[in-house]
Amino acid sequence: MKAAAIALPRFHTRLWPYVAAALGVAILIFVPKVVGLYQTQLLTYGLIMAIAALGLNLLLGYTGLLSFGHSAYFGLGAYTVAFLLQWFGIRSMELYILLGLPVAAIVSALFGYVCVRHTRIFFGILTLALSQVLWSLALKFFWVSGGTDGLRVKQPTLLAGVIDFAGSGGFSRFIVSYYYYVLGVFVVCTAIIWVIVHSPFGKALQAIRDNETRAQFLGLRVRRFRWAAFLLSGTFTGLAGILWAPLNGLTTPDVVYWPFSGEIVFMTLLGGFRNFFGPIVGGIAFTFIKTYAVASTEYWQLLLGTVLVVLVLLLPTGIVGGLSQIAKRLMPVERS
Amino acid sequence: MSILVVQVLNSLFYASVLFLIAAGLSLIFGVMRIVNLAHGSLFAVGAYIAAWLVGRAIGMGVPVAWLLLLMPVAALAVALIGIVIEPLLLRPFYRRAEEYQLLVTFGLLLILEDLMRLVWGGLPLTADTVMDAIPSVHIGEQIYPGYNILVVGIGVAAAILLWVVIYGTKFGVLLRATSQDRRMAAALGLNVGRVYVAAFAVGCFMAGLGGAIVVPSHAAVLGMGVEALILAFVVVVVGGLGSLKGALVGALIVSFVRTAGIQFFPEIELAVLYLIAAFVLIIRPTGLFGTA
Repeated sequence: MKAAAIALPRFHTRLWPYVAAALGVAILIFVPKVVGLYQTQLLTYGLIMAIAALGLNLLLGYTGLLSFGHSAYFGLGAYTVAFLLQWFGIRSMELYILLGLPVAAIVSALFGYVCVRHTRIFFGILTLALSQVLWSLALKFFWVSGGTDGLRVKQPTLLAGVIDFAGSGGFSRFIVSYYYYVLGVFVVCTAIIWVIVHSPFGKALQAIRDNETRAQFLGLRVRRFRWAAFLLSGTFTGLAGILWAPLNGLTTPDVVYWPFSGEIVFMTLLGGFRNFFGPIVGGIAFTFIKTYAVASTEYWQLLLGTVLVVLVLLLPTGIVGGLSQIAKRLMPVERS
Repeated sequence: MSILVVQVLNSLFYASVLFLIAAGLSLIFGVMRIVNLAHGSLFAVGAYIAAWLVGRAIGMGVPVAWLLLLMPVAALAVALIGIVIEPLLLRPFYRRAEEYQLLVTFGLLLILEDLMRLVWGGLPLTADTVMDAIPSVHIGEQIYPGYNILVVGIGVAAAILLWVVIYGTKFGVLLRATSQDRRMAAALGLNVGRVYVAAFAVGCFMAGLGGAIVVPSHAAVLGMGVEALILAFVVVVVGGLGSLKGALVGALIVSFVRTAGIQFFPEIELAVLYLIAAFVLIIRPTGLFGTA
């Protein structure tokens, strides 16, 4: 009798991430039916940022490396879309993804190869320095990149041109369709990252994070694992950039500038980087907080900065970490 | 020929300002092991305070010759801000992971950037009266502002003073002892908390002074701090985090490359600087003169 009482909650603990995920997706599917167009658009931004933050968390949460240069891969994705449209007239979203992903992957492999030779603070500074190389190129080569004006990105066609948004009412149709498109990509990405972090590869990353020396003794090639994590991380963040450009309609050097890297780190921390779902909550929450802060006050950076400082000071495990602590306190049975 | 002299002087002018910022950043890292992302913003605060003070002083009819004395006053004000920030925001983080220290200083950066906008508005603030008050110098057929040469002088003086303080005084010994082994220093009865406040205040003072001396020739504008921070980062990465000599050599390298870059390859001038930083990090992770 007693054994059953203990076994039952354990069963729940192992299952709850799947239940929560299914519930979350169900809610996300129904949201556009309930809320207006603007909220749907905001949520799309949120989901895109969630992908970027999930990507960053592969490095920060699971490998223990803080990158302050992820704006580089996000920006690469966004600019690749703009260039594909400008130079080749490509309008298909699938082609953007298919051609943009290798670009993000190659550059993150290149940058990562250099960066993973270092850890801790030097890793952070090196990622930052390399991302700023791309930023200064985007800023200075204005005849290619449009300089500070950036490049326009038209609404793409979805599903190999089946869904086009020409004609009247195109904008509202685009917002709703694009929301579901992004949601689909988001679910796929989340599933892939879930599999990655629960695979032997992901466990190896966590072992390296927790104790590099022991991981080395176990025969893990630490640098190679970190490099692979960097490559994956940069590629997922690049995918977020690819999805972001058509929604924003414009890509500027701001998304390559290093404070944007700081924002991606901020989102991850806001949700909680010690929890798999933390970056998702963080990406969505950050998008809404920032949008409302910008709308309600001219001094939104002040507000965000204060939130960040208070968060780091009082709630270092983020929203999800804080909630799960409360949940554990309310349900003492599950702790045993 | 005279063009070359002017360009060298320009480089030295940049180097002086950059040295002040980077040496402060390096000192703070050396002693406290914190990479202060808000350091550039403190530099900008120094610039704004100096420009504001100069404007006030002119309004009150203070003779122009006295205005130069306002520069250290502005730097002192920034040092005071540092004395408030360190125990309030940074002290809780010394025992925690570096990631949190970076994030809290990033939050501080956001706060400071907007506070400047709140207090001084979005328009540039100038103090060019000071620059105009100092007569220009003739170099061959070129006319060069005397103020820039004065800034070079201040930079050299600051470097010498810093060396004397760190390598020749008891306070310097305390700083170096703390930077080498914080726990040992504490065990020997040193008040490490006070050394930290002092180091942070000195670092802030130097950033503030850098801002104050740059504002008569360049106006104080929003975003100048974020830009300066990145250049200071390049300097300390090239020279070595925590090394004063590194800050000096790094500032000279960055300034000369930058001046040459603006002249000969303006499009990739910034990219070259970052690439130099990345290159040094790959070859010598601790920078040219770093030890840690």
